[in-house]
Amino acid sequence: MLKYFLRRFGQMLIVMLVVSILVFFLTSFLGDPVLMLVREDASEAEIQAARVRLGLDRPIYVQYGIFLQDLLQGNFGVSYTYGKPAMSLILERFPATMEVVIVASLLIIFIAIPLGVYAGAFPNRRSSKLIMGGSILGISLPNFWIGMMLIYIFAVELHVMPASGRGQVGTFLGISSSLFTKDGWKHLILPSVTLAISNIASTLRLTRSGIIETMREDFVKFLRAKGAGNRRIMFGHALKNALIPVVTVLGLNIGGLIAFTTVTETIYAWPGMGKLLIDSIGKADRPIIVAYLMVTAGMFVVINFIVDILYSLIDPRISLA
Amino acid sequence: MAVSNTQSDGVMLDVRNLCMYFHTFDGVIKAVDDISFSLKEKEILGIVGESGSGKSAASYSILKLLAGNGKIESGQIIFEGQDLVPASEKKMRQVRGDKISMVFQDSLTSLDPLKTIEQQISEMFILHRPEMTKAERREKCLELLRAVGIPKPEERLKSYPFQLSGGMRQRVVIAIALSIEPKLLIADEPTTALDVTIQAQILRLMTRLVRDQGTSLILITHDLAVVSENADRIAVMYCGKLVEHASRDELIHHACHPYTVGLLKCIPRLRSSRPRLPYIPGMVPAMLHLPQGCYFADRCPRAQDRCRQEQPQLIEHTPGHFVACHFPLQAGEDVF
Repeated sequence: MLKYFLRRFGQMLIVMLVVSILVFFLTSFLGDPVLMLVREDASEAEIQAARVRLGLDRPIYVQYGIFLQDLLQGNFGVSYTYGKPAMSLILERFPATMEVVIVASLLIIFIAIPLGVYAGAFPNRRSSKLIMGGSILGISLPNFWIGMMLIYIFAVELHVMPASGRGQVGTFLGISSSLFTKDGWKHLILPSVTLAISNIASTLRLTRSGIIETMREDFVKFLRAKGAGNRRIMFGHALKNALIPVVTVLGLNIGGLIAFTTVTETIYAWPGMGKLLIDSIGKADRPIIVAYLMVTAGMFVVINFIVDILYSLIDPRISLA
Repeated sequence: MAVSNTQSDGVMLDVRNLCMYFHTFDGVIKAVDDISFSLKEKEILGIVGESGSGKSAASYSILKLLAGNGKIESGQIIFEGQDLVPASEKKMRQVRGDKISMVFQDSLTSLDPLKTIEQQISEMFILHRPEMTKAERREKCLELLRAVGIPKPEERLKSYPFQLSGGMRQRVVIAIALSIEPKLLIADEPTTALDVTIQAQILRLMTRLVRDQGTSLILITHDLAVVSENADRIAVMYCGKLVEHASRDELIHHACHPYTVGLLKCIPRLRSSRPRLPYIPGMVPAMLHLPQGCYFADRCPRAQDRCRQEQPQLIEHTPGHFVACHFPLQAGEDVF
């Protein structure tokens, strides 16, 4: 188990390293950050001075070498625009992003799976067909459009939800988050729903097809011959069997949610990592972009690790090793 | 229909004129077409037929375990004096497992891959003997595993199906099917998915347990050799119809339907001088396009014009020996 854990940790480091190389070289095509930083009427000498100050006058591979050297000391570089360490800027905004991601994930798990089981168990009912039809909408409507529509309906027309911002932040056990205040929750709902909707739709469809497929298995026939009723077959046996692919996809999707917050956070002016990334791309602020993507890649690996553990808990045929 | 007239005491299952059709996009498939047979207590009935002859469909019909497009059209399934055809799903759930158990063709996939052997056997007691305590259930599980010859049953209780061999899994399935000591066990090709070397073992085990418990058995197979060894009576099915039905010895030694005779000839024998194994010429007709007369006419060397126009009914040829053929073989005659 420890060996397995260490191997996964090693994999995570490799993934993060590869991401850093790719991002480091690709961001050099984003534009010249120096021109964004200096005054509009700066002289050639001033621009050159700024370039030297940021270390951008040297060849890109030398810059990467310096970056790696700093990285070994836990230093991800200093943001060009904010003049603060990139990692601390990201970590400051990390809770804001994670609270949206967590609420969205809970919405996905507790809405998509029950609805999927229902639609799979009774595929011919009118309500199941309605669910499936709705899920097509959820998959095909773009995220940003749903966000704007929700703002229009609930904030502009009905005045029941705030249109943007994070709201009041409460502190509990040393963590400050909007999850701990009523106002915070009010601000959280629309962004979380926006983020969750397409995933609810796809997870629901996957759960449904898993259930339908499992219900055709021979062991289900044998369970019927044993005298088991529908409820027992569904929840006692079929659901667990159908969940294996759902867990895989759910793991990947929750990783994807973290990345997708960029869009949602921009729409709702949510002060999270995603918004920071978008702003930084606009300013070609490489240290922040690199640090953000390394954190996201690391999260992906961690989530997949958790998925693998869940696997082995659900299915005795799969063992960690 | 003639079969049910001769019923005597001790009849526990009486199937009368059962018709079960599958309604498909291409048309109606008469998987079980007007079949009648009865079963006495402790009796072993073998049902033989080729793939698609309706033998499995007939067995599923008895427990009403039909896929969405399968429907019992008419007939009666009288089990212990009660007709199961109009019975509710709730009533059927009480019958299944408790009174009538079933072992399936694909024995290897009959168990839930994610549940332990103990959970899967105990489930029978949870469903049908809810008054039993957990400790009692475990004791019964161990007893059953011992009865079906599984070594180290204490360890096996915690195993998952994938950790057992095919033969072991089939033993577990049999243990589950017999756990409540049902009145009737229906075994649909119980050994087809197994290695030849353990087929005989499993069959012997099953017939022994059935005899010990006093359970009746319907053994469904495509292998006439299997039933000729174990069954008391044998019924032969062809294209959803019962074509011949008699006691084992009568059927094996005095078969008079050309199809049965053909099947018997196909059993390979040691010390036989025949250079090649005989076979029945032709193919089973498509179930969607059955011929007008006798379904076997196209493959039958004795077929005459009447066979192609008029469907033969199952009649009592000699006492206790039923056959559906216009020109049944007389003693000493040979067809092929």
